[in-house]
Amino acid sequence: MPQKLIIIGAGMATGRALETLLETAPDAYDVTLFNAEPRGNYNRIMLSPVLAGDKTYAEIETHAAQWYADNGVTCRFGEKIASIDRGAKTVTAANGDVLAYDKLMFGTGSNPFIIPLPGHDLEGVIAYRDLEDTERMMGLGPDNKCVVIGGGLLGLEAAAGMAARGVDVTVVHIMGHLMERQLDEAAGYLLRRALVDKGITVKCSANSKEILGKDGHVRALLLDDGTKLPCDLLVMAVGIRPNVTLASEAGLAVGRGIHVDAQMVTSDADILAVGECVEHDGAIFGLVAPLYDQARVAAKTLLGEHATFVQKELSTKLKVTGCDLFSAGDFADGDGREDIVFRDPARGVYRRLVIESDVVIGAVMYGDTADSNWFFGLIRERTDIAEMRDTLIFGPAYQGGTPLDPLAAVAALSRDAEICGCNGICKGQIEDAIAAGAGDLAAIKATTKASASCGTCTGLVEQVLAVTLGDDFVLPAAASICACTDMTHEDVRRMIKSQRLTSMPAVWQECGWKTSCGCHVCRPALNFYLLADWPLVYQDDPQSRFINERKHANIQKDGTFSVVPRMWGGITTPDELRAIADAADKYAVPTVKVTGGQRIDLLGVKGEDLPAIWADLNAAGMVSGHAYSKGLRTVKTCVGTDHCRFGTQDSTGLGIKLEKTLWGSWTPHKLKLGVSGCPRNCAEATCKDIGIVCVDSGYQISIGGAAGMDVRETELLVQVATEEETIDVIKAITQAYRENARYLDRIYKWMAKVGMEWIKERVVDDLTERAALVERFELSQSIYRRDPWADHVQKRAESYQPLASLALEAAE
Amino acid sequence: MSNWMDIAALDDVPQRGSRVVKTHAGCVAVFRTAQDEVYALNNSCPHKGGPLSEGIVHGAFVTCPLHNWVFSLETGQAQGADSGRVETHPAKVENGRILLDRSIIAARTVA
Repeated sequence: MPQKLIIIGAGMATGRALETLLETAPDAYDVTLFNAEPRGNYNRIMLSPVLAGDKTYAEIETHAAQWYADNGVTCRFGEKIASIDRGAKTVTAANGDVLAYDKLMFGTGSNPFIIPLPGHDLEGVIAYRDLEDTERMMGLGPDNKCVVIGGGLLGLEAAAGMAARGVDVTVVHIMGHLMERQLDEAAGYLLRRALVDKGITVKCSANSKEILGKDGHVRALLLDDGTKLPCDLLVMAVGIRPNVTLASEAGLAVGRGIHVDAQMVTSDADILAVGECVEHDGAIFGLVAPLYDQARVAAKTLLGEHATFVQKELSTKLKVTGCDLFSAGDFADGDGREDIVFRDPARGVYRRLVIESDVVIGAVMYGDTADSNWFFGLIRERTDIAEMRDTLIFGPAYQGGTPLDPLAAVAALSRDAEICGCNGICKGQIEDAIAAGAGDLAAIKATTKASASCGTCTGLVEQVLAVTLGDDFVLPAAASICACTDMTHEDVRRMIKSQRLTSMPAVWQECGWKTSCGCHVCRPALNFYLLADWPLVYQDDPQSRFINERKHANIQKDGTFSVVPRMWGGITTPDELRAIADAADKYAVPTVKVTGGQRIDLLGVKGEDLPAIWADLNAAGMVSGHAYSKGLRTVKTCVGTDHCRFGTQDSTGLGIKLEKTLWGSWTPHKLKLGVSGCPRNCAEATCKDIGIVCVDSGYQISIGGAAGMDVRETELLVQVATEEETIDVIKAITQAYRENARYLDRIYKWMAKVGMEWIKERVVDDLTERAALVERFELSQSIYRRDPWADHVQKRAESYQPLASLALEAAE
Repeated sequence: MSNWMDIAALDDVPQRGSRVVKTHAGCVAVFRTAQDEVYALNNSCPHKGGPLSEGIVHGAFVTCPLHNWVFSLETGQAQGADSGRVETHPAKVENGRILLDRSIIAARTVA
């Protein structure tokens, strides 16, 4: 007489277990199958192709009614189990039927996690879990808008499926890049680009605040930053939680999921569990491969055979047409781990292998995943790859192939990619010039004007020559930014502008970075370039800034900081001085020093006191002096006509106006100004980056001074008649400097590269260009002309404190 | 009993960033990489005592803010031409919480 087996839940895991059981021993059990959904087992992971219209429900149904009938399975679909009596070994169905069992198997699956945002219970807020959800999404069309919260596997498949139906879809993701659990930033960037190309709007680092409704139906999603995203349907795909309610009520051992051993037996020897509802060795399971393994083990356990469930390496693929990605294993950085990275910007291909002790332990691939199974095999088999390491990244077919061409990025540019921004010369024009006989840089300059102006594109022009002429052209060696790249600062800046690269992962990918996330040399440079070129789009990355700019104070040799409040034009008041004195007392500042830039330096402030001392200084009306920044430092002045018998203009007043205009701006290196009221030059203006010397007839503006390791006198740029024009010229020169100079070059170094004439043409002679520079400067300042101290006091004060203090805890 | 001590939420430390835990014998810097791995090292560079927690984190390395020495977060070993080692401590993340080994108090109070 067969034993009685009751299965709770007709999902993919119990379905597979049932198949195995019936194939091996069809008469061992008399099976009753309960399912809360009013249908049998279907292939849930194929819901995305159903949504996209590539498949129908009939095609993904694994077990039709006939299959259950043929196999003698009693189906109770649409019915839930109300309770379990483990002592009596019975279950009670929702309608009150009491059924006895010999063995019971849980396959209760998981519930989608719904973020408890205000409005989450509105009509039109759904998860992406079952056929009903899928059908809701399939009901949308080109007139509808949909917001998907969650940029993971499921959320993106939902978004792509709806976009394919013409729906206007926005994906809102809380993390900095998509699918952060499976992909690194570079692959996340490529994926985002592909989705954007499909017409999907992607918002990363976006916090949802509230779901807005009208008449009980969802109307829009409100983000933390105030953005409103109108929608007719809101899909939450932010994760799943094992459904353990029934198991827990029955008194089984439950953690995040139902605890099972390696035989899939729960804390009750007659009860098994499989699928998304279980927890094995601390892990829970959402992908299908381990679920099938569990199902096979459970079937064998039911038949009294010995089988063991072992957790294996998992791989992920996204089922979105045109987005080929693959991820497997562990791809975190670590010591003793080495990366092999391959990027082919033209084809949008990215491959990264993580190697430890000559074994591949992780792989991320994007764009071309043809070899993914081969790499996954290497990971699972722990194959020793020492022998094939040189060509490993090219996959199985390329053993012994040629190494990657460092010029690939330039070769990949299209003919209309702009190479020389000054003269608007595209790659195709340079190629044509080469075809017409121009064989070196000088000839290209003479025939096309490319790199004949500011010269920052010289490297790119040379690379176009190298790519076009091959061995006939010997590329002059130029120093790259750092070991992460073969490109120079100038090359990267041109790429950022011409290819509209607006994020660090974009630069890493398109410029073929050799490391996963740069280093302390290139990251601050890239952060500056992106910020200077895309002030409205790019978000400043504090973690890519040197500590002084991250914490808005200068680090000292003992790890304390110095604090310098701004004194506009070097002018202060008794009230400010009292506040500074009070702060110095209150925070036990050991050294108070007058600086060369006409202000006061409080040295030796503890890092954790910074927000408090800033708050005190803010309260007295003072703001950050940016004494730590690659940006505007000071505008030093003399007293000018206010008091001096020689003064010709109001140098102090002009200095204050300039400082109030320029403060907060980021520049390639520090930027110091001086304004002297007469040629006696008491403000030492002619050894500043930008100096103004007032004369009777107006203002002499000169640039390129220095008084550090190099000492240099400024060179006259122009004399102008009014304060207004002085300020405009200085805004324009500052903007030209930051748009074109290499990171960490002061103005005098930049001047030596581009020449005074080039600068004059733009900021003096061409008034249209000057106005454009001023406009771009003001655009950037609309964001950065604010006090970072006040911002940090308000938003980031906590980050200045220790994570924890265990100084008082006793040793055990 | 377990020797792991719950210190803080993972999200309290920024990615590619660090914050310190104060102990009797000085600070321990807790680092979080871009891949959400967590490491704990003494917050003092063997060169001139620079606070490593204020450095730039790249891959599983940190660059000291004072003189740009680079250290492996996993072994504490100085990289490149520089030689020296920073003491490392067991650290892990569980359910979004950072856990450190209790030995950071025990060993260091004796020191």
